[in-house]
Amino acid sequence: MSPVVEASRAAALESRAYRPVAVRRLREFIERESVFSWLILTPPVLFLLAFLGYPFFYGVYLSFFRREVAGPPTFVGLGNFVTLMNDPIFWQSVGNTVKFTGAATILKAFGGLGMALVMNQNFKFKAITRAALLLPFIVPTVLSTVAWQWIFDPGLGLFNRLLVESGLAKTGPSWLGTPTMAMISVIMVNTWRGLPFFGISILAGLQTIPVEQHESATIDGAGTWDRFRHVTLPSLLPVIFIVTTFSIILTFFDFQLVYVLTGGGPANSTHLMATYAYSLSMGAGQMGLGSAVALSMVPVLGLLLVLLTFYVRKE
Amino acid sequence: MVGELTWRKRLLGLWMPLAVFGVVALFPFTWMAATSLKTNAELYDPKAMPLTIRHPSLVHYIDLLRETNFLTWIANTMLVAVVATGISLLLGTMLAYPLARMRFRGAPLLAITVAVTYLVPQSLLFVPMADLIGRLKLGNTLSAVMLTYPTLLVPFIAWLLMGYFKTVPKELEEQALIDGASRWRAMTRVILPLCMPGFISAGIFAFTLAQNEFLYALLFLSRSDVRTVPIGVVGELIRGDAFYWGQLMAGALLGSVPVALIYSFFVKYYVAGLTAGAVKG
Repeated sequence: MSPVVEASRAAALESRAYRPVAVRRLREFIERESVFSWLILTPPVLFLLAFLGYPFFYGVYLSFFRREVAGPPTFVGLGNFVTLMNDPIFWQSVGNTVKFTGAATILKAFGGLGMALVMNQNFKFKAITRAALLLPFIVPTVLSTVAWQWIFDPGLGLFNRLLVESGLAKTGPSWLGTPTMAMISVIMVNTWRGLPFFGISILAGLQTIPVEQHESATIDGAGTWDRFRHVTLPSLLPVIFIVTTFSIILTFFDFQLVYVLTGGGPANSTHLMATYAYSLSMGAGQMGLGSAVALSMVPVLGLLLVLLTFYVRKE
Repeated sequence: MVGELTWRKRLLGLWMPLAVFGVVALFPFTWMAATSLKTNAELYDPKAMPLTIRHPSLVHYIDLLRETNFLTWIANTMLVAVVATGISLLLGTMLAYPLARMRFRGAPLLAITVAVTYLVPQSLLFVPMADLIGRLKLGNTLSAVMLTYPTLLVPFIAWLLMGYFKTVPKELEEQALIDGASRWRAMTRVILPLCMPGFISAGIFAFTLAQNEFLYALLFLSRSDVRTVPIGVVGELIRGDAFYWGQLMAGALLGSVPVALIYSFFVKYYVAGLTAGAVKG
């Protein structure tokens, strides 16, 4: 607070000196822990209620209506969810989301563990190396995904050029053109981007393991593998669990990677629930149906949150 | 003999895997740079080596700046990221401080709510959010994203800052109160200044997230002059089925530079923010 403000405050207090009791009461009231807390808390809580709470419940409300681009919304109850249950593309997108999340998470977790173990040694330029390895995670996803799209280009992309150049193949595969390859490709890009998050987090976990534990295990005659299994891994499990849960949430609800790379194609083979919700609500103008797709992801999120809460409580 | 053995062990256990991780992490950026510096003639020549450049040229960069609103997009992105980060730091602090240091009714419930909202993904909310922004008549304004980005950032910042606020000993605050300071003064003059590293971590993290954001920008910003870099590059450099790879890569690279620069200056704080959740639990 500047001297000017302080002076004006002192003046204000003085001018109200004729009712010092009321002022003192007010000050005492504000100084109470709960009153002070709620005075500060109110603005952010109101903000979150307006821009997170309201949209959420409004989304639930929307999912009970059928609303085409033109025309008034009509109440259909659970009709949108019934429509989805009979929609093969919806089920395909559910299957895709599960496959995508499962495969990418496993690859990221093992790759990240490997990266952390390699990085947990002493070598020169470690800080710079760590910063460089984390780059895929911090560069705007959409921009690096565009680069990947060019890497996957069937004729002139890097992968196929290298394959042809080295004589490994006459013409490379169509990376984004067939259902199986497209799924493999989006999993690859998601892994590339997310692996450093695992690596750096697990590395931070590794650095909290006291050196003495390793030393005493070595004295007891434990080899490298034994030490990894009985000392390193158990103390890393909490970190791995939390990072994996986070990553599952981020991957399960991923939108931009698939939106940019394949748009859900070919033939819906890479549509995730998020991209399907987008194409229904924004592409086809069916807000209610789109909301219903988005809400179908809530149980998964709920389950993961419950798991996480239980785990954190137990720790 | 022993020296040779450790050398081989270092090679197999450290340098080789490190090289693999490094190449995998960085080759897309090399490819971006190589593409952006080639002329179209060389770019689309199937006989030219893909990763070498025979005739380096800035033509794609010049075209990018001349033919598109790229500089406007950069300015928009910066403005939005700064404002959204500022709002989020302020609201996040107001949320985290009482939760970390005060006892009041409703505190446990509120703490859980903050943790849950932190993990609620965007793709769950974008349909009603688009409707809400439309009704507020904020479509195609930067205010639309300045208002909605904090919904993604505030819970995270609050959560991160709570960890920092808790580390300041209670006695410092009590001493200030005994000395006659109000709670507000104790907070702004004593506690918060001690948490600078927390603010830097939260700020850097929020800033990069805001620069990264795509879905809300895609929904709310369709006019070229209000776009941010991610949505501008994807929305305007991919025209129909034609890809202008040289310009696209120039745009992708230039768009990544500000984030990468800021990140490289504050990498320590960034990593602290990144790992805070996972390691502290």
